[in-house]
Amino acid sequence: MELSLKISRAKNRKPHKNWKDRIFDISVYGIAILMMVLIIYPLWFIIIASFSNPADVANGNVWLWPKEWKLDGYIELMKQEQIWRGYLNTIIYTIVGTLIALAVNIPAGYALSRKDLFGRKWLSIIFIIPMFIGGGLVPTYLVVKDFGLLDTFWVMVLPFSVSCYNIIVARTFFNNSIPEGLWEAAQVDGCGTIRYFFTMILPLSKAILAVIGLWTAVGIWNSWFNALIYISNENLQPLQLILRRILISNQSLLGTASGDLAAELRRLSEMMKYAAIVISTVPIMCLYPFLQKYFNQGVMIGSLKE
Amino acid sequence: MKNIVTQQNIAPTVLPSQTKRTKRMKQFKKSGPLYVLLLPSLILLVCFTYIPMYGLVMAFKDYSPALGILESPWVGFKHFIQYFHSYQFDLTLKNTLVISLYSVLVGFPLPIALALLCNQIRIGMFKKVFQVTTYLPHFISTMVMCGMILIFLSPSNGLVANFLGLFGIEMPNVLSDPSLFSSVYVWSDVWQHVGWDSIIFLAALSAIDPTYYEAATMDGASKMQKILHIDLPLLIPTAMILLILRAGSLLSVGFEKVLLLQNPLNLTGSEIISTYVYKVGLQNFQYSLSTAIGLFNTVVNLAILLLVNWISKKLTKTSLL
Repeated sequence: MELSLKISRAKNRKPHKNWKDRIFDISVYGIAILMMVLIIYPLWFIIIASFSNPADVANGNVWLWPKEWKLDGYIELMKQEQIWRGYLNTIIYTIVGTLIALAVNIPAGYALSRKDLFGRKWLSIIFIIPMFIGGGLVPTYLVVKDFGLLDTFWVMVLPFSVSCYNIIVARTFFNNSIPEGLWEAAQVDGCGTIRYFFTMILPLSKAILAVIGLWTAVGIWNSWFNALIYISNENLQPLQLILRRILISNQSLLGTASGDLAAELRRLSEMMKYAAIVISTVPIMCLYPFLQKYFNQGVMIGSLKE
Repeated sequence: MKNIVTQQNIAPTVLPSQTKRTKRMKQFKKSGPLYVLLLPSLILLVCFTYIPMYGLVMAFKDYSPALGILESPWVGFKHFIQYFHSYQFDLTLKNTLVISLYSVLVGFPLPIALALLCNQIRIGMFKKVFQVTTYLPHFISTMVMCGMILIFLSPSNGLVANFLGLFGIEMPNVLSDPSLFSSVYVWSDVWQHVGWDSIIFLAALSAIDPTYYEAATMDGASKMQKILHIDLPLLIPTAMILLILRAGSLLSVGFEKVLLLQNPLNLTGSEIISTYVYKVGLQNFQYSLSTAIGLFNTVVNLAILLLVNWISKKLTKTSLL
């Protein structure tokens, strides 16, 4: 009785509701399209500007499509040895750093997820405290220095590979997705903890490996501050520090000159800025749509409460 | 080893407290392999996080590299007082708070709004493209982001200047104006992260029981009413947790980005506590003063976190711990 009353009421209101909801729908799609344009356009502009004549870019003649296709920026950039070295360094740091981070954080997350770990509560606290308190810049710097890690390859991949946040995320993942009976069954079969971890747990945790690996890799690829304070050797500098010279300090990699040549150099430097942004960002941007699933998954796992 | 064996041998006659201890020893021994798994991270954590934490005592000493941390003389709160009395104190604290509160005010509600918007998109393909697009800028590095800001906001021939030029408006030099610094910082951050930050709210929205909407439709609720009376109230717990976490880092504004966007002209609007710590410590080598300022920052952050957590617990029964 009540239900039919409701339905008839809804029917009566229909024209009114439709009109309101239609405006609502139009504004939803309108705002969504506007937002997409606002986000995509700056990125698109960087790309077309990197292929255009810098004079046209500066005078505002380039809006939607490159004017006079030019590759000078890229060619000049490719001639720079530092770019190549920076690129190579960053790739090595990213690969080695990510492997170390996985090797360190995933086992810790698993150990902390085991209910029979003796002292589990206290150990968890040890891993939670650093999320809120840290030694700060100078004490950390001095410790790294005392360990003799200044200006070495290792400072970029080892000291800061532990991520308490990732360990907690991994712990949550293991708690939620590994059935408790599995360990008991393995024990009955005489399987030890270490072997159990490598042969049973790791194959079951591809999702968390992917998530933490990707987060770490993107983080290392984009990081520069550690390199700024711990690395002074030019040969060890990552790509982002080379970018800093080009983009932020406005330092030309081409040297200085006077007269007509100076104007030409300035023109080239402008082009190199756009080209540098493109070549440093494209690898991650291209990978991203394929890996999006894992990134989203990561946010979900991270947000689960224990 | 021996100890345990003997204890087990006399087990029937010993007191309950001692059997408890043997049981514990056994448990400890059984956890051995797990400790092996924990060891690498523990070692690194102790070396590069806990030892530096001990280094915080430097804040109360006159550290000199020749004497080391232990031997340097104690000076109590000298460095804190020095910082509180310097003119940099007011400036850095004010800038940090302005940028931080501005970020929360803008950067907190917008991802929620975006999630609500995205949730209303019914065309599957469009929704997917929309999501991929809005997440995309999140992966741009801080360095490149700051480079883009500098290029676009260049007053003479940047993209924005050229665009405003079409309407005959002259572009002010945004990056050399201290009062505009916080806006540049906050809105560029919104551009970069709003999509990404909305993921978690989208997840919360997708978990809402569809019968709520059906019931609301029966009652003739409009889409807007459904958002206001179903979506929003159900997002509050998630939002509270994120707000608490955010409050806990109120004084840790994105250090890297501020440092990169700083220039001598906007310094009165852009010098924040963490950039000041960096300059005092690693550029002027006043190690103790820098550590003291950093410690002050940490303590205030922690206090705010606990306070907000406590308030939230009282008001909404949502809390971190």
